[in-house]
Amino acid sequence: MDDLVLARSLFGTTMGFHIIFATLGVGLPLMILCAELLFQKTKDQDYAIMAKRWTKGQAVLLGVAIPTGTIAGVQLALLWPGFMEVIGRVMSLPFQIEIYAFFIEALFMSIYVYAADRISPRMRIISVTLVLIGASASAVLITNVHAFEGTPAGFRIENGEIVDVDPWAAFFNPSFFISAAHVAVSAYMTGAFMISTIAAFKMLKSRKNERVYKFHRKALMLSLVIGGIFSFLTAINGHESAQMLHEYQPEKLAAAEGLFETQDYAPLAIGGFTDRESQEVKYGIEIPWALSFLAGDSFKTEVVGLNDFPEEYWPPLFVHTLFNGMVLIGSFLIFLSLAGFVWYKFLKKPHFPKLFMYAFVVAGPLSLLSIEFGWIFACTGRQPWVIYRILATEDVVTKSTQIGMLFLLFSLIYVILGIAVLAVLRYYFKRHPVEDELDGGVPNQNNLSY
Amino acid sequence: MTADSLLAITVLWGFVFIYAVMATMDFGAGFWSMVYFNKEKTNATNIANRYLSPTWEVTNVFIVAIVIALVSFFPGATFILGTVLLLPGSFILILLALRSGFLVFSHVAKDYEKGLTYVSGISGFIIPALLMLVLPITHGGYIDVVNGVHQLNFGALFTSPNIYAFIGFAVSSTLFLSSLLLADYSNVADELEAYRVYRRDALILGPISLVTAFFIMLTLRAEANWLYTNMLDYLPFLIGSVLSFVVAGAALFLPSAKHKQRIGRPRLAVVAVTIQYLLASYAYGRAHLPYMIYPDVTIESGFTHPNTFRALFITYIVGFLILFPGFVYFWKLFMKDKRYLKQNES
Ligand code: HDD
Ligand code: HEM
Ligand code: HEM
Repeated sequence: MDDLVLARSLFGTTMGFHIIFATLGVGLPLMILCAELLFQKTKDQDYAIMAKRWTKGQAVLLGVAIPTGTIAGVQLALLWPGFMEVIGRVMSLPFQIEIYAFFIEALFMSIYVYAADRISPRMRIISVTLVLIGASASAVLITNVHAFEGTPAGFRIENGEIVDVDPWAAFFNPSFFISAAHVAVSAYMTGAFMISTIAAFKMLKSRKNERVYKFHRKALMLSLVIGGIFSFLTAINGHESAQMLHEYQPEKLAAAEGLFETQDYAPLAIGGFTDRESQEVKYGIEIPWALSFLAGDSFKTEVVGLNDFPEEYWPPLFVHTLFNGMVLIGSFLIFLSLAGFVWYKFLKKPHFPKLFMYAFVVAGPLSLLSIEFGWIFACTGRQPWVIYRILATEDVVTKSTQIGMLFLLFSLIYVILGIAVLAVLRYYFKRHPVEDELDGGVPNQNNLSY
Repeated sequence: MTADSLLAITVLWGFVFIYAVMATMDFGAGFWSMVYFNKEKTNATNIANRYLSPTWEVTNVFIVAIVIALVSFFPGATFILGTVLLLPGSFILILLALRSGFLVFSHVAKDYEKGLTYVSGISGFIIPALLMLVLPITHGGYIDVVNGVHQLNFGALFTSPNIYAFIGFAVSSTLFLSSLLLADYSNVADELEAYRVYRRDALILGPISLVTAFFIMLTLRAEANWLYTNMLDYLPFLIGSVLSFVVAGAALFLPSAKHKQRIGRPRLAVVAVTIQYLLASYAYGRAHLPYMIYPDVTIESGFTHPNTFRALFITYIVGFLILFPGFVYFWKLFMKDKRYLKQNES
């Protein structure tokens, strides 16, 4: 393999690993805040216990989120020095502002975790809110750099020199708001469905113990409401993201849909595999006219096909599958949260059928999978460009060799950290089962501190 | 050197200095909590952990801040530095990941605390040595240009006495500064046993770190003479630095102001040592200018676009105004609040 492929694999692996913890780092604080607020409102101790236990989990996850994020940031400069040179001159604002967001998150996360027993409930809520704001802001800001790569703005390259730099125009590049919103709402929904997963799993195991069952059912309902709201927002906004691609990166949308010929009344292909030879999507289902409608809110919209671009500019065609996966999972989770809510609140059934429960259990992992699909689609679908139509990926990669060895080393570290974090979480929550804290326990004497 | 690029390098230098102090504290505390793990009576491990738990996350943001400030202020240096530092940088990252992860894990999985503390303690001990390598690498001398690509010459690197002087300085300073700060911390917390232990460690390690510093100067003369001669222009700062060190040492023998039975004024010593490092690193930094990487990159040639610099600088001011109250609150809760300092950890 050549060094470019290895560098891509290494960076993609780093990001694919970081994003798991980063997304939960954005999503879980929202759930913790909701639980804290519900506790203040209802005075139901169960919510205080939830907030405390989720915070514990989040504090452990941070032990991986932060170092892998640090790796991601430094690797950008180590592996793609040519890219960071341009970013440094034009698009460094988001990175810089992100530092302040990290500080806010780190300061108030420590305060919330280690000083919880010494600060007032109001200050606790302010602290979690600031953690949520800090984490969301860091996600939004880093996504902005990604948005800039797809829709660059605020500079020109003239004879190899960067001229006419306007850092704020680069910051507010055309796809900033849409991409950033998509990442934020999809992270909130993922945090919520991760809680569904845990709650449903525990409900399946504790059907005998009514008290514990009820506790987890409260958590489940909370997560379904939050997850439902945000999966709906994710889908609406995803639709706008697709329209944005239609306008700014048409070959990416064409690859996502496996569309070769430019046409109006374009059909939407769901599932199947794009075949380069026969120029069609094999084994997929076609919905006539739907793609035109999605891309431009009208069946008459002309959607550009891949054949309008030279083949060396085509993104890899497998992104069709990734895009489909993301959309399918998103739609399924909207349906699932609605159904669960209706079942419990309107049909007033206190127990869910087994099949329902299994669906809740897989909701969190599916949501995370969707995040991975979305990002790999977005980054790989940009190829061969690192900055769309301005800078090719092969021109920015490091000239150093030895990347293969580093790829192995970093992968090994991710495996170690991944296994260790799971083992530690399992260990901790086995040692401190929720039974100990319910009723008889001492939930308010907040012994979050280690 | 324009005013803008000087301002930028000053900010960067400020970050490096703050990180250096916070990181020595951080890594050193991890090391001491490992060393004193089995001495339960002294509480020295608890003291180290009490400091470490809430701060490591904040400290980590500073290393990210340095990288970002470097890339955004001096993108012209990014290409060479990124290329040359690929291997050492990656090793630092891997160790950092191990250390942060296992530090957190060790506090949660109590039964495995000892093993996990060893992983984080040892990696935390190696990281400063590797981080410090970045400085001599920028002195030139270890970078070859092969087919237009800058490459680190590992042969030259590992046979250079100067490199070992820097490594020795990094390790001994880390342990010296951290033991001194922990002495102060345990003094405030009225943990007498721990105070005695850390004061003793500081007294042993201080002179060692000073010797390694002289060793750096000695080897610098042969290996990066341009820097050595420049540094001699700032001789008053270097002398002031040594004097502060002497003041710090003396402070550890003064009778305590508040408590008759205690000896030493660790707070005074901490301030003096901070001044010591400040003066020395100012002299080093000043002498290093205008070069970022000798002789290829100067702060002028690497500087970012002026428009970007202006926008960045505004965010620095706004960011500082927003964050400052947060830092003060944090300080009050973890460095001053007796309820936190004195709590008995389970
Ligand atoms: C839980 C996760 C999740 C779910 C359910 C969805 N998405 Fe998504 N999507 C993401 C998570 C995500 C992401 C991981 O956050 C991405 C990657 C890059 C980005 O900006 O957001 C993304 C990117 C992304 C892009 C590419 C943006 C670009 O290339 O810059 C489009 C067009 C969509 N999404 C569209 C949709 C549609 C129509 C959905 C319908 C339900 C949908 N997404 C659900
Ligand atoms: C966190 C979730 C992310 C994942 C899973 C992810 C995944 C990937 C993958 C798989 C690649 C390799 C692409 C290929 O060669 O086919 C890649 C490349 C890259 N990504 Fe992302 N990415 C993520 C986020 C980001 C963000 C937020 C940025 C912006 C700062 C970014 C910037 C880049 C760059 C600069 C490259 C290398 C150049 C290139 O291949 O275009 N990525 N990423
Ligand atoms: C190229 C892409 C990325 C880079 C360079 C990057 C960089 C970083 C860094 C340096 C940290 C550690 C901060 C610290 O020291 O406290 C971090 C943590 C984090 N990142 Fe990423 N990140 C990337 C992608 C993402 C994405 C796509 C998201 C959004 C979902 C995200 C959200 C977070 C969160 C929530 C944390 C948690 C810890 C904290 O904020 O302190 N990151 N990231």
